Amino acid sequence: MTGIPLTHILFLSTALFCIGMYGLFTRRNMITMLMSVELMLNSVNINFVAFNKYLYPEKMDGIFFTLFIITIAAAEAAVAIAIIINLYRSHQSIDVEDATELKF
Amino acid sequence: MNLSLLILLPLITAILILFCNGLKQVRTVALAGAVLQLVLTLFLLGAYWKERNGTGHAPMLFESDTVWFDALNIHYHIGVDGISIAMMLLTASVVVAGILVSWTMEKLSKEFFFLLVLLSMGAYGFFISLDLFTLFFFLEVAVIPKFLLIGIWGSGKKEYSAMKLALMLMAGSALVFVGLMGLYNQTHSFNIMEIAQMKIPLEIQKTFFPFAFLGFGIFAALFPFHTWVPDGHASAPTAASMFLAGISMKLGGYGCLRVATFLMPDAAHAYSWIIILLATIAIIYGAFATMMQTDLKYINAYSSVSHCGFVILGIGMLTQTSINGAVLQMVSHGLMTALFFAAIGMVYSRTHTRMVEQLGGLLKVMPFISTIFVIAGLCSLGLPGFSGFVAEMTVFMGSWQNPDGWYRLATILACASIVVTAVYILRAAGKTVMGPLNDTYASLTDASWNEKTAAAILVLGIVLIGVAPFLINDLITPGTDTIMLQLGKAMTQK
Amino acid sequence: MSNYFYIIWIPLIPLISFLVLGIFGRKYIKTVSGPLGTLSLLASTVLSFVTAGQYFFVDGKLNGVYQKITAFKYVWLSFTPNVSIDISIIVDPISVMMLVVVTFVSLMVHLFSLGYMKGEERFATYYAFLSLFTFSMLGLVLAGNLFQVYMFWELVGVSSFLLIGYYFEKPSAVAASKKAFIVTRFADLGFLIGILILAFYSDTLDIQLLIEKLGSAQSAAYTGIATAGFLGISMLTWGLTLVFAGGAGKSAMFPLHIWLPDAMEGPTPVSALIHAATMVVAGVYLVARLFPVFSMDAASLQIVTYVGAFSALLAAVIACTQTDIKRVLAYSTMSQIGYMMFALGVSKQTGEEGLGYMASMFHLFTHAFFKSLLFLGAGAVIHMVHSNEMKDMGGLRKYMPITHISFLIACLAIAGIPPFAGFFSKEEILTAAFHSNKLIYAVALFTAALTSFYMFRLYYSIFWSKETVLHDTHGEGTITMKLPLVILAVCALLVGFVPFSRFITADGAALETHTDLLFSIVPVGLSALAILLATVMYKTANNKPEKIATAMGGLYKAASRKFYMDELYIFITKKIIFPFIGAPIAWIDKNIVDGLMNLLAAITEKISFLIKGVQSGKVQSYALYFFGGVAALAVIFIYLWK
Repeated sequence: MTGIPLTHILFLSTALFCIGMYGLFTRRNMITMLMSVELMLNSVNINFVAFNKYLYPEKMDGIFFTLFIITIAAAEAAVAIAIIINLYRSHQSIDVEDATELKF
Repeated sequence: MNLSLLILLPLITAILILFCNGLKQVRTVALAGAVLQLVLTLFLLGAYWKERNGTGHAPMLFESDTVWFDALNIHYHIGVDGISIAMMLLTASVVVAGILVSWTMEKLSKEFFFLLVLLSMGAYGFFISLDLFTLFFFLEVAVIPKFLLIGIWGSGKKEYSAMKLALMLMAGSALVFVGLMGLYNQTHSFNIMEIAQMKIPLEIQKTFFPFAFLGFGIFAALFPFHTWVPDGHASAPTAASMFLAGISMKLGGYGCLRVATFLMPDAAHAYSWIIILLATIAIIYGAFATMMQTDLKYINAYSSVSHCGFVILGIGMLTQTSINGAVLQMVSHGLMTALFFAAIGMVYSRTHTRMVEQLGGLLKVMPFISTIFVIAGLCSLGLPGFSGFVAEMTVFMGSWQNPDGWYRLATILACASIVVTAVYILRAAGKTVMGPLNDTYASLTDASWNEKTAAAILVLGIVLIGVAPFLINDLITPGTDTIMLQLGKAMTQK
Repeated sequence: MSNYFYIIWIPLIPLISFLVLGIFGRKYIKTVSGPLGTLSLLASTVLSFVTAGQYFFVDGKLNGVYQKITAFKYVWLSFTPNVSIDISIIVDPISVMMLVVVTFVSLMVHLFSLGYMKGEERFATYYAFLSLFTFSMLGLVLAGNLFQVYMFWELVGVSSFLLIGYYFEKPSAVAASKKAFIVTRFADLGFLIGILILAFYSDTLDIQLLIEKLGSAQSAAYTGIATAGFLGISMLTWGLTLVFAGGAGKSAMFPLHIWLPDAMEGPTPVSALIHAATMVVAGVYLVARLFPVFSMDAASLQIVTYVGAFSALLAAVIACTQTDIKRVLAYSTMSQIGYMMFALGVSKQTGEEGLGYMASMFHLFTHAFFKSLLFLGAGAVIHMVHSNEMKDMGGLRKYMPITHISFLIACLAIAGIPPFAGFFSKEEILTAAFHSNKLIYAVALFTAALTSFYMFRLYYSIFWSKETVLHDTHGEGTITMKLPLVILAVCALLVGFVPFSRFITADGAALETHTDLLFSIVPVGLSALAILLATVMYKTANNKPEKIATAMGGLYKAASRKFYMDELYIFITKKIIFPFIGAPIAWIDKNIVDGLMNLLAAITEKISFLIKGVQSGKVQSYALYFFGGVAALAVIFIYLWK
């Protein structure tokens, strides 16, 4: 692993983050949007692990945070899907454009 | 005596009300709670006298201090002096009267009485707080119910009035909060008695005094922030009007005195001319504005602006007599306006109009209501034997002790308002209770027992102060001594 | 001096009577309320006479000078250690004299009202108010503290208001009661400020201390108040003039007299008590009470003199033209009070020169009897014919002989014909005026002649002149109505012989007065002439009065319209104060002050309306703002923040 420099990994995570962001902004399907969010979270995870490994190898903080995020992401996915299901029940759609009641 | 009981009792009453069913249960519980509270307050008065005449020479008695939030040095700190006891007696009387007057409130009775009791809890808490944060907390508790009381049970353009009142009072609270934060930032304490002992630099005082004074001033109808008063009172249901004028406006006066003037005496000296200017304008302007009103509630509301001007004037003059007068005026005005609003409410509930020109000759069909109407009016125009005279004269005597020529002029102008007051009170009384009777009102009935009791309690208070003012004067003087000591220190430091 | 402590019961008994009648009278004891009120007042009257006896003949004197005794004092409301409102009772010659006058006249009026007010629905209320008035007046008379005077001053004002407005369903009565209260309130404002000034410089509200401090030219307080000035007038003059303004309001002196004629809307016995004998002389009493201070300041005494003399003259002229019998009496009251005022004004504090003071008090004393008699007589007449207007009367001497005789006695008394009471007191006043100011003397003399003229015009119009046929005569009234008339008539005959100057003088020491017959010729002769003139004009129905009225032209018209004073006041209030002060303020409040608040709210609303589009409800645009924001902040914090 020593052969791979940090920048490569950061490049990967940035790409992943941007793909996620693009997906979040452009997709109308909520499930896809959720998946995009997961992508972004995972890019952050990669960053954490990479920085931990390259900058402070003697510490475990980055790893811990990653585990945290994975757990929270799971919980968040559950909540989000619950919301989406409820939304589907009330609106018969999971298109984000159809859920615009929450405004001024 | 444990002062927390005074907050606990209304709280328990409020919670019990939530478990009641139907108007009968609700009002019984509310009345029982209010009467108990009145008894408790009287008991407190007795205990206070005993302590004062014995060993209690501290400025505040029955203090109790619990840390509430250590990191910010917020305490739950309570204690009383004569001024706060006078205020609480006023509150307790007005609450009992207000509940009696709302005896037949059918609409959402549970919520109505709950909010009334909650409001009174806020007032009690406010008057016994010695910690600025708890004080502010209770101030807010006393504001919110008013919005609902007017918005739901009001009449006329109630939404507008409720919104206006709530927004203006909230703005007042926000200003107060800035003032409190300024003090806290300087002293890192919320303890009133502790802050009083510290020396706060003049610049800090001059920066934050206006916030605190104006903020509380809005509550006390300080010109030009008084416009919530007429609309708010006019739209509010009777009991809410009574609470508003009898209790809420007193929160402002008390705050101006206890927080702004007491804690920032140097700034009080520096700004006293502005305070007096605004107060004098309020007195004269309010009186003339009242003269032009035709709705009884507007008449009383504008006259409240004028009368509360005396409170501000008394505080602004910064002599002991004038501050005594300001406190007397607060108590007196509270009882008197509550009585006036009660009388107006009784008239309105029978005739369904509050317009002066549509009424007339009510003395013939409802002698009791007319009599209390006239008594409230006479008290308002400062007739000896009623509390208004004592309070106004004390303010005048105190103001005159300030030898500055301009202050004298302000005093004379304030004195002149007694003539205008006479004009509008007699116009209102002459056109409503006197004069020929309108035939449509010929079959109306006089007050019922609950209304009579409510009026009797308030009249008793008015007459007691009017006939034996030495009692209340002795009660509040130690309190004003403390404040004068503070102001005197400020004078000598200059 | 606790041997006078019982005096406290004299005002307290009417107070208790007021409370009992006011609270229980309507429902429970309506029928006995009249006798109850009268009996309680009888007790007060007896006590007053006992006091007078004890004070004047037993222990009031010390070294030949009547003392001021404080019988009772309680600190009621303390402002500063020195300045406090005390409830106190002061016993001195004038307070004891007033005590007797007030209780006695009040008793007569109570008695008279038993018949006069019989059958009224609010009978108990009437007696309650009478008791309240008597209590307040007694409190005023006995007050030893300047602020206590002010308190009871206000209370008599409100009792007067309540009694004038007794017939509350009559709009004119309501208007009159309002007018009386507001005009006197305006005057009270002066009184209040006067008190503030005097109290500030003397540092006390106790009248005796005040007199000690301001009544001697050596004291520091006097120097302070006399040297301090405002607009070039010393504070002493300001203070005293303002106090006098309060007195002028209550005593109906020009230009604050306009309420008194209207006050006749009240029941007639009330007019006899309040607006003739007791309350309206409160102003005179106040000046007399503070006379040692007034005597230190020539300027304010000048004001008292000229206001008094002018009011006396003005009222007498107006009285000649009025046709409502009660209004004639009202103006005559005003005129007589003017007499008392200028008598005080020309007086000095000590010795022979203090004659005016004594004369003023003497006239107050005698006037109370004959004027209340006149009013009660008028009341009996009104009770008979159910009208106040002269045109409805005439020839009544046959129907009501007792009223006729007593009224005649009172007229002779007020005209100053010897040996009736008014002669003695008027002579003293004229003597005092003659020795100090010839102009005032001339005015007084002319007024005296006018007084005789209009009183006999009144007398003839009621009892002689044309013959009126009354159909439903119910007799002259009950015994309770006749008895007071007889008693008062006897008083009007006899009280002039009281050696007044031995008891009541400015400095407390007895004063020798001598009736100079030569001096009396002029005034008595003039009065007799005036009576003769009235006899010619009014004894029989004829057209001479109309002819003279037409000949007088504008003057007559102006006088009958009361010199347009009412119109002037109405113009000032209705045309100036309401539209030019009240209305603009109400407008400003609604549109500018409240408008600012509404504007603030409107601006907030506008802004929020403008930016509410941001809150579109589209999650993705929110997310875009969010990320954009984070990116922007990142750029700022990393690259731009140094």
